[in-house]
Amino acid sequence: MNIKNMKENHKLLAEYKYELGEIDKGYTNRTLYVNISDNTINSKPVTEMMKEKFVGGKGFGLWYLWNATTPTTRWDDSENEIIIAGGPACGITQYAGTGKSLVCSISPLTDIPIDSNVGGYFGPLLKFSGWDALEIQGKSDKDIIVYIDGNNGIVTIEEAPLEAYDAHILGEQLTEMFADNEEDKRNVAVVTAGTGAEHSRFGILNFTFYDQRRKTTRLKQAGRGGIGTVFRNKKLKALIVKFSNVKGDLNNTFEQSIINKTGIKYHKEIHDLDHLQNNMRKIGTANIIEVMDAYDLLPVMNFQYGSHPDTEKIKSTVFIEKYLTQGVQDGCWYGCSMACAKAADNFLLKTGPYKGHRVTVDGPEYENAAGLGANCAIFDPEAILELNFYCDTYGIDTISFGTATAFAMECYERGIINKEITEGLELNFGNFYSSVELLHQMSKGEGFGTVVGQGVNRMKKLFVEKYGANEEFLFDIGMEQKGLEYSEYGSKESLAQQGGYGLTNKGPQHDEAWLIFMDMVNNQIPTFEDKAEALHYYPMFRTWFGLYGFCKLPWNDIVPADNKYTDEPAKVPEHVQNYLDVVYGVTGRKLSVDDMIKESERVYNFQRIFNIRMGKGLRKDDRIPYRSMGPVTKEEYESRQERYDTQLREKIGYAPEGKTTEEKMAALREYRENQYEKLIDAVYKRRGWNSNGVPTLKHLKYLNLELPELMEVIKDLQ
Amino acid sequence: MSHAEVILIIKLNNRDFPWEEGLTIEKIMQIKKFTFPKIIVKVNGNHIEKEDYAETFVNDGDNVEIIHLLAGG
Ligand code: SF4
Repeated sequence: MNIKNMKENHKLLAEYKYELGEIDKGYTNRTLYVNISDNTINSKPVTEMMKEKFVGGKGFGLWYLWNATTPTTRWDDSENEIIIAGGPACGITQYAGTGKSLVCSISPLTDIPIDSNVGGYFGPLLKFSGWDALEIQGKSDKDIIVYIDGNNGIVTIEEAPLEAYDAHILGEQLTEMFADNEEDKRNVAVVTAGTGAEHSRFGILNFTFYDQRRKTTRLKQAGRGGIGTVFRNKKLKALIVKFSNVKGDLNNTFEQSIINKTGIKYHKEIHDLDHLQNNMRKIGTANIIEVMDAYDLLPVMNFQYGSHPDTEKIKSTVFIEKYLTQGVQDGCWYGCSMACAKAADNFLLKTGPYKGHRVTVDGPEYENAAGLGANCAIFDPEAILELNFYCDTYGIDTISFGTATAFAMECYERGIINKEITEGLELNFGNFYSSVELLHQMSKGEGFGTVVGQGVNRMKKLFVEKYGANEEFLFDIGMEQKGLEYSEYGSKESLAQQGGYGLTNKGPQHDEAWLIFMDMVNNQIPTFEDKAEALHYYPMFRTWFGLYGFCKLPWNDIVPADNKYTDEPAKVPEHVQNYLDVVYGVTGRKLSVDDMIKESERVYNFQRIFNIRMGKGLRKDDRIPYRSMGPVTKEEYESRQERYDTQLREKIGYAPEGKTTEEKMAALREYRENQYEKLIDAVYKRRGWNSNGVPTLKHLKYLNLELPELMEVIKDLQ
Repeated sequence: MSHAEVILIIKLNNRDFPWEEGLTIEKIMQIKKFTFPKIIVKVNGNHIEKEDYAETFVNDGDNVEIIHLLAGG
């Protein structure tokens, strides 16, 4: 690659100089605003109100997005923004999982705000360069990059016509271009999308970090909700930040010794216990593939089933033994002893424009193996790695792609669509070559790939309107809600998890609540009130990570040896205290668990009201497809007949004997749909919302969130 | 129904579970396919360590808790 030539072809569109400044207790106290329509760049102060009500990270992102948009703003409008923000704890290096940033935008899939958390070095380096958040607004008509030089205090917008688009190449090119030498590469972090992000609605952002041992740029993804699609629609090719002097004390914390002490205690735990618990350092999140299969929770064939005999072929040990490079400390930010960012090196590609290349594949995460693999009945580790690679480099969300492809495959198998419609692709379950071809088509913007790239919600409409499909049936089997594809866990046997997916703000992503074991296996939350309590606590607790810049995994992917003797082991109380201690050490804020939940509740309720303002935050929008609640088809029922018959008998008092499968399915369905409605009632009540899902004025008062602009949205809905 | 046909049960996570001669924690884990590594086991409120699963016999009427510690995917 001729980097020099690429650089010489950059055309400077704007330049902005700033004072470097210092961080004070985790905050730089200003944010960077870049408008790429009129090429203006300026600095905005972070107000006390912002810190008090929104903390940072996702809170700041949503607040800026609210102010930038109107109820009619859509994802491709110029005023839509992409905001990247770390949070006050982002960038400390003494505790595990402290390099995350949150990205917010109006989503092309859902038309409401989306937030996605991501690792890599961009968030921390952005902060060290002087900025608590980066806010990008406007649209360019030429491909551009935005470069933040945190060493010299300069921000530029530059036309960048010659660089590649696909992430694994573009990340390398820009790292090379902006680093002074090999040693300097780790001081450069790049955000890119990819060619597929341009032609689908579920584009992702890839955040790089330079892996000095492998001598390659690695990619971490802000995956959900199509922010990469917004990025390419704005003609952004990349964002780059450079900061060369990373040290452990740059956050100018309130009391560093507390953070150090807490960090040392935690690192020892990882060292002593990880290999006995989740094996995160060897395999990363993919450790649960076979576990999900054993508990009938692995999505198989568009969530029809929960296990499959061939899962054996893609279980985690196969990836560990044959593909994932071992013995390397794979942290996505300095100081992460959990180090789960695994990679397969020297992987030989079999298809597409990079066929024959040997590449590093980041992953696979559990979601990728489940979504790209089992859900499409592709039980082949090399197929999963290849799909994983192309999703990342093309800038496509593995989860949405997996769920959307599984849906298209089921429609194909059931004759709802045919080969003529797919333009020759045989979209049977298990067909890797068709699946990967969809990806290549998304990259090129042609063929049936662009249809699948619209997502399940829009495919459903198209299949009904154009090909005469049965609308109700497609609603039942299309695994999306609010426009977002489901992530990869089966929820049929866990009412709480049906709520964990259905009662989220952004759509069915499990990062708010994962309650399947507590509910289905442990039976710890048997009543509606118990479930509602869990669906209050966990989403609030987990929102909090995104306010401060923490990674969620170190919270419960390992637990202290004596955790089992605590009152509520599922909450991992010692780790919760660790977080409170670290936040005290950084900011000087002494928080209790109640304060922590309240901080999240403010942002969570704010997001709910934001959804309402955009026309999608009421009870009707929390409806979920029946596939996520129970058996839609005869085959599904009959495959687990004993389970369902028993439930009919014991839970409903309905004798299954002598009944047809259809009759039994109808009785089960009526019961389960009714249960979900009752769950909604209980959860809304616990969250301080009325029966239509609207936060009450009283609740806003309790949260000290009585901002006039919020009251305006909800006052007539009380 | 004759007495010989009465099914003996234990409580497993507060649900009925059939008891059989020689039932151990290890056996329950096999029957239920409980393979998740982070599990807490209690019998009548007493913690059972992993190395004791095979030797811990469960009696008719016992209250067994096998708690899977995963509250976040
Ligand atoms: S636990 Fe994994 S994802 Fe989280 S910060 Fe560490 S390496 Fe990154």
